[in-house]
Amino acid sequence: MNLLGKLDWSAIPLHEPIIMSATVFMVLIVAVVLGFITMKGAWLYLWREWITSVDHKRIGVMYIILALVMMLRGFSDAIMMRAQQAVAAGGAQGYLPPEHFDQIFSAHGTIMIFFMGMPFVVGLMNFAVPLQLGIRDVAFPTLNSVSFWLTASGALLINISLAVGEFSKAGWTGYAPLSELQFSPGVGVDYYLWSLQISGLGTLLAGVNFVTTILKMRAPGMGYMRMPVFCWTSLATNLLIVAAFPILTAALAMLLLDRYLGFHFFTLDGQGNQMLYVNLFWVWGHPEVYILILPLFGVFSEVIATFSGKPLFGYRSMVAATMAICVLSFLVWLHHFFTMGASAGVNGFFGVMTMIIAVPTGVKVFNWLFTMYGGRVRFSVPVLWAIGFMVTFVIGGMTGVLMAVPPADFQLHNSVFLIAHFHNVIIGGVVFGAMAGYNYWFPKAFGFKLDERWGRASFWCWFIGFYLAFMPLYLLGLMGMTRRMQHYDDLTWQPWLLIAMVGTVVILVGIVFQIVQLVVSIRARDRLRVTGDPWNARTLEWATTSPPPAWNFAVQPEVAGIDAFWSSKQRAHAKQNTPAPTRKYEPIEMPKNSATGFVTAFFAVVIGFALIWHIWWMAAVGVFGAFVTLLAFAFRRHSEFEVPAEQIARFERAHQAGVAA
Amino acid sequence: MNIAVAIDSVPQEALPTASETGPAPKRVVVAYGFWIFLLSDIVMFSALFASYAVLVRSTAGGPSGAQLFNQVTVAIETACLLVSSYTCGLMSMAINSRYRLGTYLGAVITFALGAAFLTLEIREFADMIARGATPERSAFLSAFFTLVGCHGLHVTLGLIWLVVMMVQVAVMGFVPTVQRRLLCFSLFWHALDIVWVGLFTVVYLMGVSP
Repeated sequence: MNLLGKLDWSAIPLHEPIIMSATVFMVLIVAVVLGFITMKGAWLYLWREWITSVDHKRIGVMYIILALVMMLRGFSDAIMMRAQQAVAAGGAQGYLPPEHFDQIFSAHGTIMIFFMGMPFVVGLMNFAVPLQLGIRDVAFPTLNSVSFWLTASGALLINISLAVGEFSKAGWTGYAPLSELQFSPGVGVDYYLWSLQISGLGTLLAGVNFVTTILKMRAPGMGYMRMPVFCWTSLATNLLIVAAFPILTAALAMLLLDRYLGFHFFTLDGQGNQMLYVNLFWVWGHPEVYILILPLFGVFSEVIATFSGKPLFGYRSMVAATMAICVLSFLVWLHHFFTMGASAGVNGFFGVMTMIIAVPTGVKVFNWLFTMYGGRVRFSVPVLWAIGFMVTFVIGGMTGVLMAVPPADFQLHNSVFLIAHFHNVIIGGVVFGAMAGYNYWFPKAFGFKLDERWGRASFWCWFIGFYLAFMPLYLLGLMGMTRRMQHYDDLTWQPWLLIAMVGTVVILVGIVFQIVQLVVSIRARDRLRVTGDPWNARTLEWATTSPPPAWNFAVQPEVAGIDAFWSSKQRAHAKQNTPAPTRKYEPIEMPKNSATGFVTAFFAVVIGFALIWHIWWMAAVGVFGAFVTLLAFAFRRHSEFEVPAEQIARFERAHQAGVAA
Repeated sequence: MNIAVAIDSVPQEALPTASETGPAPKRVVVAYGFWIFLLSDIVMFSALFASYAVLVRSTAGGPSGAQLFNQVTVAIETACLLVSSYTCGLMSMAINSRYRLGTYLGAVITFALGAAFLTLEIREFADMIARGATPERSAFLSAFFTLVGCHGLHVTLGLIWLVVMMVQVAVMGFVPTVQRRLLCFSLFWHALDIVWVGLFTVVYLMGVSP
């Protein structure tokens, strides 16, 4: 028996120059980062302050760092695909062989959805939700750390697949029977499956954590109808995570059983049912797109209200629209495969439901417009992203409604028109929203603003680049181009694909500007230093210092209405001349740091890697290790420590001195 | 004093509404969070149930449920599991009154009944496999083994959890953390019963009806 299962030297693609240079590049970057940390002697600091941290703000920041890094990886895939399709016309085959091209589009989709979109959204929620609710941390702080590190484990496994073995060639959806052993005998699909199972568990636990936090942990006085809209949309998203992710887990588990133990869920023999996989996948998959977009609807609501200097127009209708979308998102999944051949009645039902879901979304767009109407809008970077979103997302939404008509969908199914549509809503919605949130909450997280000029430049590159890259795909889709083509014969498509290529390069410039913006801002941080409330904002996260202390609020906030911080500012303004009462601080209980998350995730990587390569003993070691870690956590005696009142008072005094100066 | 009258004498406007009372006590938060997790687990089972329902007639020429299921064994299994839920409830009462011996006794009986259930299930599986009805035989059998096996896996994890909890009671006593975990365990154990009732109906009762 082979001790290393299927793993041997042939797993490393030494004969593929493109993959090998990408690998070398990745290894170099990792080496530089690790070397830099060692040079600065920062390992102990990292371990104590970040890796074992259970502070929701730190975990949120780590989620977003993960998302940004993975965005670079996913974007390199994108630019490779655009370059391939720009040249592989007529008889030309381009520079990517089909089996490599297939891995790239599969990796691009998987990474962008699971390891860029999800961590970004969960990161923003982690950072902002407890602050907005006026509480000290989430319901289960250690579990939160476990969630993050499991997500990071999944991302690590996907990146290992670049160097060791291969990635899936079956697309990000992994449709059976293509993803079955019969047609995908390699380890690619196993990498896909195990990295999604591991990160999916992390996401599910995060969902449980946030539903509990939002429903059971709000500050005194913060009733449901006083929660900031971002908390509402986060609640909807986490309810969707809890209700949808287990279905993905089940579907992928069935595919794993097919591949590992010879089961017949989706195989061609044994009377397996391939459409069962497709249905299960999209019963998760459609709620998933709302999981991604809803929190960003919340971000836009916060940004628009803050920078218009007005309360959000139609708060109640916004809440109602959010929850309506939350429910309706489970009733539309079949529109991803009208061509399955269900009856006209079934297709008609799902078509109509899909059109109906556009109504609450329209309500939201009008609410944002009416919030801006009559306000004094400050055109700061987050607002630019928000306005760019409104324009772009409405176009994407309309092409979506167009495809909700089953007869039209029969023409457009699997064409690049579809690709244009979902990039239109995901880039125009999720990415723009993530960037708005990043620019909006950055000063809260680090105590200094991001540079405005580079931020603007980056926005315009992304905005223009997006239109250049994806509007041609609508046309190409109508001209009959299908998705995932490694090369094509029709030379009339090529000019449009060249324009799309140019658009991608413009987006690349936007990404470079974002990196520049970050570097410039860090260097000029003394000039960009801010107080607790740099935007003259409305919600509680701005009531504390920037960055907030570990305990968030020195005194538990009491909430008397919506826009809690805004109304407290109004009240303070009204009685300006009365001296502030001297505060009496109480000691605060805080959760202790824990290595549980990191160690569990380490064993998760071991288990995943071992199972991918059929190294059974190693998988057993991993399971045993994870179990022992869990036991160690269960038997620890002290999970909390007390921050003494003097420390809080000292922090507050220093902070007040800072404000006065 | 009559409680209803006492409540009426408090001015209602002065009271915060239920959603404005601030963070809930830890016991409530933990149980609520675990309950949400259980709901997600039940969603996963619902996906397995749906797959089973889709594939139940896909026997690929192999045996069907009516030919395989033994009603007597399943009835005993069901009885074991339902009674174990009752003893688990007795254990919860013993925990609430911090009665160690009662807790251990309840745990031992619950464990024994759970283990009996599991033994019967494994014997049923082994018997089917011996007769050639393996999960590789047909899509129906794949779905059957996955659905029932997943429940069995949950019972196994529950038994391991129960052992760990008894060690914690012995070592750490009835500290709040341990009490909260025991509360979660009993929620888990009852949830497995609920899933089994669905499973018993959909798989075994409907499976033998012509």
